[in-house]
Amino acid sequence: MSTLATLPQFPWLSLLVLLPLAGALLCLLHSGRPAECRALALATSLAVFGVALYLFIYHGQGDGRWLLYEDSAWISRYGIRYVLAMDGIALLMVLLTAFMQLAAILLAWRVERQVAGFFALLLLLEAGLMGIFLAYDLVFFYLFWEVALIPMFFLISVWGGANRRRAALKFFLYTLVGSFCMLVAMIALYQIHGAQTGVYTFVIGELLHTQLTAAQEGWLFAGFLAAFIVKSPLVPFHTWLTDALTEAPAAGSLDLTGLLLKTGIYGLIRLAFPLFPNATAHFLPILGVLALVGLFHAAWSAYHQDDIKRLLAYSSISHLGLVVLGLAAWQLTAWEGSLLLMVTHGITTGALFILVALIRERTATRSMQELGGLWGQVPCLAFFFLFFSLASLGLPGLANFAGEILVLLGTFRAHPVWAVAALLGVVFAAAYMLRLVQGVIWGPARSERTLPDLTLREWLMLLPMALLVVWLGLYPAPFLAPLHGTVAVLLAGGLP
Amino acid sequence: MYDKLWLIPFFPLLGCIINGLLGKRFIKNEKVIGAIGTGAVFLSFLVSCKYLIQLLGDPVKSHENVIASWMSVGTVQVDWGFLLDPLSALMLMVVCGVGSLIHLYSIGYMHGEEGFYRYFSYLNLFVFSMLMLVLGNNALVMFVGWEGVGLCSYLLIGYYFEKQSAGDAAKKAFVMNRVGDFGFLLGLFTIFWTLGSKHGVWTINFMEINENAHLLSGDMMLGLGVTTVATLCFFLGATGKSAQLPLFTWLPDAMEGPTPVSALIHAATMVTAGVYMIGRMNVLFAMSPTTMAVVALVGALTAIFAASIGFAQNDIKRVLAYSTVSQLGFMFVAMGVGAFTAGIFHLMTHAFFKACLFLGSGSVIHAMHHALHHAHLHDDPQDMRNMGGLRKKMPVTWATFGISCLAISGLPFFSGFFSKDEILWWAFASTRGSKLVWGIAVVAACMTAFYMFRCLYMTFHGEQRTNAKAKDHVHESPWVITLPLVVLAFLATVGGLIGIPHVLGNLVGHIPNKLEHFLAPVFEHSQHLYEIEAHGTAATEVSLMVLSVLIALVGIAVATVMYMKNPELPGKFTRKFSQLHRWVFNKWYVDEAYDVLFVNSTKKLGTFCWRGFDVKVIDGIVNGLAKLVGACSAVLRHTQTGLFQNYALTMVFGTVVMVAIFILN
Repeated sequence: MSTLATLPQFPWLSLLVLLPLAGALLCLLHSGRPAECRALALATSLAVFGVALYLFIYHGQGDGRWLLYEDSAWISRYGIRYVLAMDGIALLMVLLTAFMQLAAILLAWRVERQVAGFFALLLLLEAGLMGIFLAYDLVFFYLFWEVALIPMFFLISVWGGANRRRAALKFFLYTLVGSFCMLVAMIALYQIHGAQTGVYTFVIGELLHTQLTAAQEGWLFAGFLAAFIVKSPLVPFHTWLTDALTEAPAAGSLDLTGLLLKTGIYGLIRLAFPLFPNATAHFLPILGVLALVGLFHAAWSAYHQDDIKRLLAYSSISHLGLVVLGLAAWQLTAWEGSLLLMVTHGITTGALFILVALIRERTATRSMQELGGLWGQVPCLAFFFLFFSLASLGLPGLANFAGEILVLLGTFRAHPVWAVAALLGVVFAAAYMLRLVQGVIWGPARSERTLPDLTLREWLMLLPMALLVVWLGLYPAPFLAPLHGTVAVLLAGGLP
Repeated sequence: MYDKLWLIPFFPLLGCIINGLLGKRFIKNEKVIGAIGTGAVFLSFLVSCKYLIQLLGDPVKSHENVIASWMSVGTVQVDWGFLLDPLSALMLMVVCGVGSLIHLYSIGYMHGEEGFYRYFSYLNLFVFSMLMLVLGNNALVMFVGWEGVGLCSYLLIGYYFEKQSAGDAAKKAFVMNRVGDFGFLLGLFTIFWTLGSKHGVWTINFMEINENAHLLSGDMMLGLGVTTVATLCFFLGATGKSAQLPLFTWLPDAMEGPTPVSALIHAATMVTAGVYMIGRMNVLFAMSPTTMAVVALVGALTAIFAASIGFAQNDIKRVLAYSTVSQLGFMFVAMGVGAFTAGIFHLMTHAFFKACLFLGSGSVIHAMHHALHHAHLHDDPQDMRNMGGLRKKMPVTWATFGISCLAISGLPFFSGFFSKDEILWWAFASTRGSKLVWGIAVVAACMTAFYMFRCLYMTFHGEQRTNAKAKDHVHESPWVITLPLVVLAFLATVGGLIGIPHVLGNLVGHIPNKLEHFLAPVFEHSQHLYEIEAHGTAATEVSLMVLSVLIALVGIAVATVMYMKNPELPGKFTRKFSQLHRWVFNKWYVDEAYDVLFVNSTKKLGTFCWRGFDVKVIDGIVNGLAKLVGACSAVLRHTQTGLFQNYALTMVFGTVVMVAIFILN
């Protein structure tokens, strides 16, 4: 880390955060000119994606240390530093964020109301997400944590569905309570560390070596956990998500499920686990059980949904249960599986949310009671719907399977009973996803009207995602490669 | 030498992609689409033939072809690799050979269907998946095929996607198969970690597992041997895919798909995957007498159970579906008593005669459908009560169907005779056999002869019961349909000659059992090592053979009496035993029992989770809290004096204000 830090290099990581921020400002400056805003947003997110891709290709290989590290003084009085750091996991999340953001911008293309504001918020969200994945200073991290929260709040409350206010408020209250607990724990940790060593700092790497009593560690861990578990979300802290996802505008749902949920799990990996190893060790079994409960609870609940967006929301909770289960198994294979599953779930479920939006645009409904027979009416759209549904239920050869099988295999090593239960849960995933497929694309057509099939813009969103799903399914090696070193180091209880 | 194995699954995949992408908009022409689909499978057949010949002349009997790495995490190394050995070579012949014929047949059968391109695309995708399953050199590549064939089955059952019943059947098939897959993966995990952590062999490769399986002999798990636990799990997978007790109910419902699909997927190939898988892992299974006994018993019970349901069905395809379940039971009996060769042998002969039977039924349904359609009637074209006397109208279909009935009943010198007798002999005389299993299997064989001839008579013999208006419009099918029937009937007749039992071979001269010799490199090792053999005198074997022929003749005779000589008998019988008949007719109410036990209770649980827990409990608490927070923050807003200098806390303050604004709105 120190060697890397001293090398003068181009601040790629800052660029990842600042580009979308700049894009957001420019969008606001061009408010009233929707076409320009769209072009600006697209150009910005393309540029961010380019940077992420560059980093993936040229800085993606490492032995578990930081791939890139930027460090400079910021608010010295309180020991707050501007630290951005990227390891294999962060790299993968950055890449996912940049990729999904492109899809979100394209999906938001047809937003009519307050276009500049919408795109500015989307870009601000991207900046926040990049910050969360890259920040390596507690205050800095917290700042981005909140920055990502605010745009999502407005996206839901201004552009959302009929119950948007309620949903936005619920989302806000939940995350606010969680964040507040985390903030208190952060400050306490800062004080304890400062009192111990005389060095008052928020830099995570320094805080790792704080000596904590068991009680202190437990309480502080709980504080962080509150924020991350709510965000993940684990049952029983999940009901905000179903409401938020259902009410959010299409692009918002996409970002929420594809990216924002991952910040909770990322927080566990980046902060909670390494900072409090002993508390973590005690808590892992509980975490595993919570994950399993969530997996089943959400799968069973998903089966009964009529609103397809809500069904997908529950399916997300169920999938993330599996991700957390893999982490709780604390085993190399399971961890890499979990991280891969985070990425693949983002893409498959993201694509399904896109499709739901496209179906909504055409049929003006999301209710399975009123849908059906799309296979005959819009074959290409229906094909993609089937394809991503199959990917989502873990068909071998498609993306989710690779992650799932690694999670299950690894978990079986550590906790056979968990793995057996989780395997059963996978059976239910097939049940609710196939019910969704049957309700939406099979059956007789519900109206005589001819519906337009996919447009060029829609192909541009879906085709790359489909190709990526096949690629990740057949040959996930390039995406696993950056993880090997990092995960090994993290599991050993250290940080790069 | 063997580095082009990947070509075999590649062609059907290509066919699937071409027809799927271009079929609807660009190719359109049915003949071209059909030719692409059929040609792709036929090409695979040719390549398979080439490799089979090469393998026959090669002293080394197993060859692997790894094309790329799939996943690699720590000790978990998975490759995309293929394995050619006598077992997979034989399966290639069955899958590609029967597959080509059924593709050809489909061109005629599916003529004029709206989704013609889609059908061929799915069918090619199926062949691709099946070939992956057969050729995979490790358990996960096999699993890709394993789930892939399930998917294609799902898509093809739901081919008539506008029908609710088709959609339901498709979903049921997939979910039930998933229950089986649960077992498959569990078995795999068990083997992988035990071999790895205890013995340092980190592998999921079949050859390596079979080579190192003996290391597992002392390992225990849950009070059982590790091999027993693992193979029981694998067997659960097999019961799902191969429709055995308790997971058989999806297969009869799968008849919602087009008939050629039933012939290819739900009779000849996919459903035999479970048998094949046991053959692949025969060393593991051989190590566990417990599992083998379970396999044999489940197979025997399924054989008799499904046969009993076959007695009372009137839908021609359902009779054949239950017959398939029953015949698969025979194959599992074979695997369970250690007669691996006989099991695979029966798999092959069954593929011939059952494909022929299904395609024959398709030919009948096709003709009936057109006749009824012509007369504007809505009678069920699959109901045998509307048929009868079709022998004269459809001579080729009748002849081939009849030959296959003789073959499945096990009459001497038809293919089914050799394979079934080999199974019965092993069940009787094997070191892993048992008289109980043998007894059940013999009864099931008798029942098979009965219900198959019942089916034959009701369809082709006696008075024609078709509605008078449609009666004269029933015609023989075109050549694309009858040619595959003739080829398959021919194979059903002579296909057994490659596996003539020693006892018969010795009687006539010295005809070797070619199949046994061919498959020996795969099975001999485990049979020797774990002392699995059939022992008994030639006299016993011959007399059992005679017995089983007699038993089959009894079945045929009863069917002849009931359905040819005295057509009023079945009605009387039904009335006399109306209670029993109702149970048999309703498939022993297994579906209903599953609905009550599993489906409904899970649904209730789901309702509870969502409406009970999420909506009432969680949201109730949260909404209560939200009100409280709202009230507090309204008060706190006035007391907040901004004394904290921490800028981060200011942010929280801001957010609280925002919430408050919201509530005041």
